[in-house]
Amino acid sequence: MAAKTSRPSQFASLEFILGAFLTTVICFAVLFSDVLFPGADKIDLMARLTKPFVSAAHPLGTDPLGRDVLARVVAGGKISLLVGFTSVIGAVVFGVLMGLIAGYYRGFWDMVVMRFADLQLAMPFILLAITFIAIVGGSLTNTIILLIISQWVQYARLVRGSVLTLREREFILSARAIGVKDWRIILQHLLPNLIGPVIVLMTLNVANNILLESSLTFLGLGVDPTIPSWGGMLADGRTYLQTAWWVSVFPGVAILLTVLGLNLLGDWLRDSLDPTGRTSR
Amino acid sequence: MAGFLIKRLLQAIFVVIAITLIVSFAIRLTGDPAVMMFQGGGSMTEEDLMRIRAELGTDKPFLVQYLSFMQGLVTFDLGKSFVGGTPVARLIGDALPATLMLAFVSMAVSIALSIPLGIKAATSRGKLADQVIRVFSLVGLSFPNFWLATMLVLLFAITFNLLPPSGMSGPESFIMPAVTMGVILTATNVRLVRTAMLETLQSQYVMVARAKGLSESKVLYKHALRNCAIPLITYFGLQFGGLLGGIVVIERVFNWPGMGTLAFEAVGARDYPVLQAVITVLSLMIVGINLLVDIAYGLVDPRIRTE
Repeated sequence: MAAKTSRPSQFASLEFILGAFLTTVICFAVLFSDVLFPGADKIDLMARLTKPFVSAAHPLGTDPLGRDVLARVVAGGKISLLVGFTSVIGAVVFGVLMGLIAGYYRGFWDMVVMRFADLQLAMPFILLAITFIAIVGGSLTNTIILLIISQWVQYARLVRGSVLTLREREFILSARAIGVKDWRIILQHLLPNLIGPVIVLMTLNVANNILLESSLTFLGLGVDPTIPSWGGMLADGRTYLQTAWWVSVFPGVAILLTVLGLNLLGDWLRDSLDPTGRTSR
Repeated sequence: MAGFLIKRLLQAIFVVIAITLIVSFAIRLTGDPAVMMFQGGGSMTEEDLMRIRAELGTDKPFLVQYLSFMQGLVTFDLGKSFVGGTPVARLIGDALPATLMLAFVSMAVSIALSIPLGIKAATSRGKLADQVIRVFSLVGLSFPNFWLATMLVLLFAITFNLLPPSGMSGPESFIMPAVTMGVILTATNVRLVRTAMLETLQSQYVMVARAKGLSESKVLYKHALRNCAIPLITYFGLQFGGLLGGIVVIERVFNWPGMGTLAFEAVGARDYPVLQAVITVLSLMIVGINLLVDIAYGLVDPRIRTE
């Protein structure tokens, strides 16, 4: 019986190790891509469409312009990680603030947040993206802004819900009774008590936003196609699917592994930060 | 109950008005369609522009245009495409069934996969099968849908030449798109089924059913599954929006003649009546389904109404 009960925790630690390993290795490779894998934009028409696993100079082959696929995949990670992290930070800052205000003061702001939540539920991301990009045009900054617009509501709803239960608890009531200022109650008493689920959602959303950015760029609605990015490489590769499968395979593997690493970490975090979730595992 | 219905209906009406207003307004921010129609048409005078604006009706105030669009929505008269002049309603009438059929087949694939897998995970909780299913679900969640679609094309259309690589022709053309969406939906659904089942399995009627000596499959599929059907149907219903969004993306990979393809062609050609109609129609469908799911849930489970 002992083995049986220890299994979930063994699995959890395996999940953490694998998730942390993938995330660290990928982040490290991408951050130091210029040093580790230089030449992402170097065109070498003599070596065009080199097959993978045959040339030591191009271990993952080359694309139709003779650019090294490995170097481009690693360099392309910069866009994905940049978009993933900055968009989530932006959405968290704005969303958490709105959620705190909505939950603490109720009234007008509460209504605003909840109506935005209704809107967000009704409009799929991709439709919002098509409309938004049709107006402002596709670019790195606009992709990040779009992701923030579409996601802040998630954090606002999550935080609002926690604040609604927390604000009736005795430690908040007593803080108010002794005349602690509102902003101090919000920042010092409420915020630390609801940050756990926010962090879990953040991890999962970095993963999700990397997926969304690559879809947008794949569709031609995201980042400038001349910058190496996973979605852009996959869009290019589609044309050569019949002749050069590797151009379409490796950027996708990179997305899959990055997102999987973050999802594993997020899943592990959810279980370790949320003791009630553990019982339902 | 009447109060709940009215409240929920008002909410839906608010969302419909907000979305149609935002979309109509946003589309107008993208530029003057009269100028765009003239692109490549040589020199244009102010009179030409005025004439085209009058023809398109874009010279009227925004609110008048919005109201006439809404009126058109009700009477299925959505104006004409800038490209070729086909009535927009006909374009939508051709594309919407293709997208919806794909959506239902994908949903069916996902339900067929996720219910047995979710039940297996719940009954073998913490054991190997549960963890294998969990790993598969995490991997499924990490797949970019358009890349999974591309890989299926590479494998089954290009390498083995078993399935048509694109287009909507016979039943076999549904296999790859529906499997792509179905697998990705299953990654989420398996967890929902598992959680719902775990809760149900702890209830007393399941114990009674077991105590009566019913076979395990009867206990699981007849007693337990039926009792967690309501929350599951709700989850599946609420997923519809995300499903449509995903289909819009992979339609691109499979050249599927649906709403996504229509939307992207419209973006490329700056064909705003079409784009506005596609976005509005899809959003309205999602609002409608969310409303139905909520009302159905409220009817079945009275606790929801007071929330």
